[in-house]
Amino acid sequence: MSKRFLAAALLLSVSFAPAYAAKTSLVVGMPIEPPGLDPTVAAPVAIREVTWANLYEGLVRIDRNGKVQPLLAKSWEISPDGLTYTFRLQEGVKFHDGTTFDSADVKFAFDRARAPTSTNAQKQIFAPIDAIETPDPQTVVIKLKETSGNFLYYLGWGDAVIVAPETAENNKANPVGTGPFKFKSWTRGDRVELTRNPDYWQKDKIKLDSVTFRFISDAQAQVAALRAGDVDAFPNLGAPELFTEFQKDKRFSAVAGNTEGEIVAGMNNAKKPFDDVRVRRALMHAIDRKALIEGAYSGFGQPIGSFFSPNNPAFVDMTSVIPYDTAKAKALLAEAGYGNGLSITIKSPQMAYASRSAELIAAMLSEVGVDMKIIPTEFPAKWIEEVFKNKDYDVTIVAHTEPLDIDIFARDNYYFNYKNDKFKALIAEAAKTTDEKARYAKYAEAQKILAEDVPALFLFQLPKLGVWNAKLKGMWENSPVPANDVTEVSWTE
Amino acid sequence: MRRLMRLRWNSALIVGGILTAILIATALLSLVWTPEVPTRVRIALRLKAPLEAGLLGTDHFGRDVTSLLMVGAWNSLAIAWPAVLLGAAIGTAIGCAAAAWKGIADEIAMRVSDVVFAFPAVLSAIMIGALVGSGPLAAILAIAVFNIPVFARVTRGVALQVWTLDYIAAARALGKHPLRITWEDVMPNIAGALIVQVTIQLALAILTEAGLSYLGLGVRPPNPSWGRMLSDAQTYLSRAPHLAIAPGIAIALSVLGLNLLGDGLRDALDPTLRGRSTTA
Amino acid sequence: MLRLVLSRLVSLAVTLLFVSLAIFLILEVLPGDPAAIMLGTAAREDTLAALRQELGLDQPALLRYLEWIGGILHGDLGTSITYKMPVSTLVAERMAVTLPLSLLAILISTLLALPLGVAAAARRDGAVDRAVLVFSQLGVAVPNFWIGLIFILFFSTWLGWFPAGGFPGWENGVAPALQALLLPAVALALPQAAVLTRVTRSATLEVIGADFVRTARAKGVDRSATLRRHVVPNALIPVTTILGLQLSFFFGGAILVENVFNLPGLGRLAYQALNQRDLVVIKDIVLIFSGLVIVVNFLVDIGYAILDPRLRSRA
Repeated sequence: MSKRFLAAALLLSVSFAPAYAAKTSLVVGMPIEPPGLDPTVAAPVAIREVTWANLYEGLVRIDRNGKVQPLLAKSWEISPDGLTYTFRLQEGVKFHDGTTFDSADVKFAFDRARAPTSTNAQKQIFAPIDAIETPDPQTVVIKLKETSGNFLYYLGWGDAVIVAPETAENNKANPVGTGPFKFKSWTRGDRVELTRNPDYWQKDKIKLDSVTFRFISDAQAQVAALRAGDVDAFPNLGAPELFTEFQKDKRFSAVAGNTEGEIVAGMNNAKKPFDDVRVRRALMHAIDRKALIEGAYSGFGQPIGSFFSPNNPAFVDMTSVIPYDTAKAKALLAEAGYGNGLSITIKSPQMAYASRSAELIAAMLSEVGVDMKIIPTEFPAKWIEEVFKNKDYDVTIVAHTEPLDIDIFARDNYYFNYKNDKFKALIAEAAKTTDEKARYAKYAEAQKILAEDVPALFLFQLPKLGVWNAKLKGMWENSPVPANDVTEVSWTE
Repeated sequence: MRRLMRLRWNSALIVGGILTAILIATALLSLVWTPEVPTRVRIALRLKAPLEAGLLGTDHFGRDVTSLLMVGAWNSLAIAWPAVLLGAAIGTAIGCAAAAWKGIADEIAMRVSDVVFAFPAVLSAIMIGALVGSGPLAAILAIAVFNIPVFARVTRGVALQVWTLDYIAAARALGKHPLRITWEDVMPNIAGALIVQVTIQLALAILTEAGLSYLGLGVRPPNPSWGRMLSDAQTYLSRAPHLAIAPGIAIALSVLGLNLLGDGLRDALDPTLRGRSTTA
Repeated sequence: MLRLVLSRLVSLAVTLLFVSLAIFLILEVLPGDPAAIMLGTAAREDTLAALRQELGLDQPALLRYLEWIGGILHGDLGTSITYKMPVSTLVAERMAVTLPLSLLAILISTLLALPLGVAAAARRDGAVDRAVLVFSQLGVAVPNFWIGLIFILFFSTWLGWFPAGGFPGWENGVAPALQALLLPAVALALPQAAVLTRVTRSATLEVIGADFVRTARAKGVDRSATLRRHVVPNALIPVTTILGLQLSFFFGGAILVENVFNLPGLGRLAYQALNQRDLVVIKDIVLIFSGLVIVVNFLVDIGYAILDPRLRSRA
C-alpha cells in the first residue's frame, strides 16, 4: 500500500516537474537473512551484504575492482619502515545518531575489536597493531609491531568499520554508522529497511532515498519476486538453473561475475592415503572441472587450479597444472599402491553447491576406481565440530568465501592438516611485503605451490549470478568483498 | 491366526494388495535390475523430458528417473519397515505392560506418550538427525520414536479389554504370572489389530520418510530417495516439471496401497470394526 | 467434575514439565557450538571463549535449565542468541504468519470434511460415499509439501494466479496477505481434511446406528431433520477430539509447507534457529508448539467430558 501511495504521490508532484523523474527506491533480494546487523562481532556474510558501505564505513574501502580507496580517511602516509600509518580523517562526518565522528571513535572501534573480550571474527586484521594514537581529532596514528602488506586492504573489510562508543553495544539490533543510509526497520524473517541519511558527508553522490533488503531463500520465489517487480535486484540469485531464463529477458540485466568464494574439496593431509601427494594429484586428475561446473552450477563459475580469487589482481590461472586425465589418475594411484581401488568418504554440507558437487565428484572418482561414500554433514554446526575442529574426516567440500584467504593453508592446526614450511614462509613474507609488485609475485609463487601440491581439490570459483532491472545502473558485477554496495546505484529513468 | 484364515475379501483389500505387491515387487526388482545404472551421471543428457531419454526422462545429472524411482522404492521400504517394526515392538511392550500392571506404570507410560505426541514431529526428526548424523539410522529412529506411542495406545486399549474378561481374572487369581497371561492370552487377541496398525503406520512412515529426505535427512546420496528427488526437482520446477511429478505419484500410490490394504484387512479380520479409522 | 479438571490439570503440568526437560536434554547433547557458528572459521579460541561467556554458555546445565523455566514462569522467553532480541518479539512476528495459516487450514479442512463426511454417511455405499472415500484415500496418501509444489507449478508458474511464495506482510493490506496464504493453507489442509472426512463419516454412521436415532426415525421424524438435530451434534464429539489431535499436524506440517512457500513463519524460524544452534529460540518454540498441543487437548478432554456425561464418572 505504502509503495503505491508513494508512487501516486510521486506522480502528482511530477506533473509540475520535467517529464521523467527517476525512481529513488530500491529493493534488493538476498537469499539469507543476516543474524544481527553488526559486522564487527559476527562472521556471517549476510551481515556485510546489508551493512557494509551502506550503513557503516571504514577508514578505507574496497571498490568494485578490489582496490583500496579512501573513505573516512581522506589520505594517509606510511612511514618508510612500514610500521607507522598516519591517517587524516574526513571532516564534518556525523554518525546517524548525530554525534560527530573523530579520531577518538577510530581508536575506540579498533581497541574494541582487538580487546580480549572482543568477539570480532577477523581479529588477525588488528593483530599487527601495537598502539593507536590520536594527536588531534582529525588524525589517527597507528603503530604496528611488524610490517603488514595487507593492513590497509584489511581495514576496508566489514570487520574494521568505525562504530561509535555511545551506540556500539546495540548495533546488532539497531545499527548506527556513518554511512549514506541509516537504519529504519527490521521485520525478522522478511526485510531490513534503510533510509537516506540526510546528513551524509558526501550526500550529493547518493541517488537513492530508500533501500530495502528482502530475504527470500527459495530460488523459485526469488525468480517470482523479480518477475513481479517486488524485488528490483537479486545480486546473488540462488539457483543457477533459473539464471539462464533472465539472460534471454530484455527487462533484466543478468550478469555472471565472480565472488571471493573458492569451492574446494579439502583433504585431511595428515591422514592416509592423503598424506601421499601422488594420491592427492590422482584425485585432482580424475576431476573434470568443466562437467562438474555444468552439473553442479549449470555451467556458471570459473574453474580454478589453486586457491586464489580471479577478482584479485595477483590471480594466476593454474588449472593446467593438473588437468583432467583419468589415465594419469589411475597410473598415479597404482604407483601409490592403490591400483586395486581405494575407499574414502566425503563429509558434505547440505548446501546445494556442495552436495551436488560431492555427488558428481563421487561419480567421477568411481571412474578411476575410487569409491567415495558421501556423509551428509549439517553445516555449520556439525561441520565446524567434526571437520573444522576435530579434523575427523577424509575429504570435505565447502566454499571459502573470505577474500585473500590463501593463508589458511599456512595456518597451523587448520582443518586441512597441511604442513609445508616453504609455503608458510612465503605467505609470511608476502604478508609483510609492502611493495605491491613484489607481494603479487610472492602470491603467484604460493598459488603455484598449492596447485602442484594439491592439499585440497581445487574445483571452481563460486559465481555471483546477479539479476536486476535493466534500468538500474551501478550494481556490482563481481564481489571482491562480500557486499551489496548500493552507494553508486541509480535508476536511469 | 485363526482369523486370518477367514479373510473376507473386499475391494479395498484387493486394490490395496495389488498396489502394495507392485511396490514390493518394484523394490525387489531394483536390487537385481534397473533400466540404467541409477547413479550413473551423464551430464550431456541432463534434464531430458520423459521418453526423450528413458521412460520418465532424466534428472539434473542426467540420471535415469525410472531407475531412480525403482531404487527409491526399495530405500523407502528399507527405512519404513525397520522403523515401524521397532516402534511396534517397543510400543506393544509398553502397552501390554501398562495394561498388565496398570496404576503408576500405566500413568507413566501414558504421560510419556503424551509428551512424544506433543512434540512437533518434523523438528524432532531434524534434531535426531543433528544428533546421530544424517543418514538412514536418523530417519529410522525418528520414525520409530513416533510409532511407539501409537502402538502403545492401540495395544493398551485392546489389552485392557482382554484383562477384564472373566477367565483372565480367574487365571490371575489362581496365580498365573501377568507375563504369561500377556503372552498366552492377550497377544493372540491383539494380533489382528496390530497387523492392521502396522500396515497403516507403514503408509505413514513412507510419507514421513519422504518429508525427512525432502529436508535432507534419510538415505545418503547418491543412493536415491523419493523425498530428495522432490527437493532436487524444486529448483527445476519450470524447466523440468516431470521431476517433481513422478516421485510424488510414486509416494501417493505406495501410501494409498498400504492404507487400502490396512482398511481392507481390518474389514476382513473384524467386520464390526468396519469404517472406523485409526489413521488420525 | 472438579476432580476431573484438577486431575487433568495436574497431568497437564506434569506433561509440560517432561516436555521442557526433554527439550533441554536433547539440546544439551546436540553437537554444535553456537559461538563457533556465529564467529565462523577465522575466530580464535579466546574470541570464542569471550562469546561463550557473553552468552552464558559457560554456566552449569542445571542452572541454565532453572533460569530458563524461571524466566518462562515470569513471562520472559529470553533473548535470541543470533538476533539479539527478545524471543517473545520474534515469536510474535512469526505467529502473525503461522497462526493465520494454521487457522485458515483448519477452517478449510473442517469446511470440506464435515459436509463431505455427513453426506457420505447419509447414503452409505452410494455414489457420494464412494467419491468421498476415494477423495479421503487419495488425500491421506499425498504429502502436503508435494501438493504445495504442484500448486506452485500450476497456479504460479503456469497460470500466474498466485505468488510462488513469500509473504507481503499484513501492513500491505489483508487481501495480498490472504492471497499469499491461501495456497499453502489448502496444501496443509487437504491431507488433514481427508482424515477428518473419514472420521466424520464413521462417527456419523455410528450415531445413525444408535438406538435413539432409530427411535427418532421410528417416531416419524424425517431423515434430514434427524441428521440435523440428532446425528450431527452427536457425531461432532469424536470429530472435535480428532481435530484437537490434528493440531500438532497443522503446526508440524507448517514447517515443511512454510519451507516450500517461503513463508516467514514459526516453523521456518525454528528451522533456522536449529541450523544456527540458537538454543534459546529452539527451546522456546518447541515448548510453545508442544504446549499448545497439550493445552488444546486438555481443553478437548474437558469439553468432551462436559458433552458426554458417561465419561465424567470414569475419571
